[in-house]
Amino acid sequence: MHLACHECDLLQSIPPLSERGTAKCGRCGAVLVRHKPNSIERTLALAVTGLILFILANAFPILEFEINGEITATTLIGAVGSLYASGEWPLAVVVFLTTQAAPLSQILIKLYVYLPLWLNRVPWRPGVAFRLLLEIEPWSMMSVFMLGILVSVVKLAKMAHILPGTSLWAFVLLIVVLAAAVASMDTALVWQRLEASR
Amino acid sequence: MTTTQNTAIQKRLTSCHSCHQLVRLPAAHERVRISCPRCASVLYPRKRNSIARTWALVIAACVFYVPANLLPIMEVTSLGAVQADTIMSGVIYFVQSGEWPIAVVIFTASIFIPILKLLVLILLLASVQMRSRWRPRDRTRLYRITETMGRWSMVDIYVVTIMVALVHLGALANVAAGPGALYFAAVVVITMFAAMTFDPRLIWDALE
Repeated sequence: MHLACHECDLLQSIPPLSERGTAKCGRCGAVLVRHKPNSIERTLALAVTGLILFILANAFPILEFEINGEITATTLIGAVGSLYASGEWPLAVVVFLTTQAAPLSQILIKLYVYLPLWLNRVPWRPGVAFRLLLEIEPWSMMSVFMLGILVSVVKLAKMAHILPGTSLWAFVLLIVVLAAAVASMDTALVWQRLEASR
Repeated sequence: MTTTQNTAIQKRLTSCHSCHQLVRLPAAHERVRISCPRCASVLYPRKRNSIARTWALVIAACVFYVPANLLPIMEVTSLGAVQADTIMSGVIYFVQSGEWPIAVVIFTASIFIPILKLLVLILLLASVQMRSRWRPRDRTRLYRITETMGRWSMVDIYVVTIMVALVHLGALANVAAGPGALYFAAVVVITMFAAMTFDPRLIWDALE
């Protein structure tokens, strides 16, 4: 297989790789191809798990805050809502896109592309969908949001009593699953499969 | 791995930016738009106007960086007393209360990474414009690190989001987002776009 490095443009031929093989550019060291065992099945399984966890993570409060007997709780989407209600709508849009829209569309597009591939079919306009998936990825910032939760817990613990909400655990698992779902992807394989089935 | 020591562009080829398919470039006089036969992306041998666009975004980010750090990102009301926090005073607060790990995390994500990112992009842009042949492999690595780290700067914005959502008990305790938060979010988003518009292949073009 011939390809050009996407970071330094060097043309090179890639020998057949083993199941877990990685090919790096001989000149700049960029990862050109990374094979994963059972990539399609794994990614699909992780996307399904991710969807379930995403619903759970949004269904209940993630954090509860108690001061003088008064309790306030917030869900993920509720946090965006309070920001919006306080008049900070541009910030609310940024937080909504990076912690709700991007991760959810990542999961849904993965299901849209990988479920048919697993069944040896091809979805409608798969190239556009898969390209969109790769472009959304950097904007999905659930793991950064998790760090934000940790920092705010430390900050708020000084003011009052902080309790983990029901959804916090689903949220923690979701981050692990989302990261695994990105790591299990073998993009070269998907492009090959999509091309072969045309 | 065998390298032919030729770049795609020398062979009048280009690699699709999203699916890495090799596509033949039209002859220079043809002036036609080409698209990838596999994923339908519109193709250009290099990202279009990469240097000018990246400079524009870097300069915009530098401008927004000033109010992002000078204006408060969060206003905390506690028992009637209002306290405004900037990014730096947030770090100092954690240092003074002895929460070293959190102070280091916030300092790295909110102060160190954005500055480093802007400096690296300026270095890369300047070196490409001067057609520098200095350590291309290390410069490419710098680019790669910059591109992946940028997103972590959003952490402060999320802290504000959670605080605003949880603490709204009127005069007793209340948190509101400050004007600096929006500028800071703009810096993070703009520098992410800047890293995306920069084409690392330009670093290597100077060697040919």
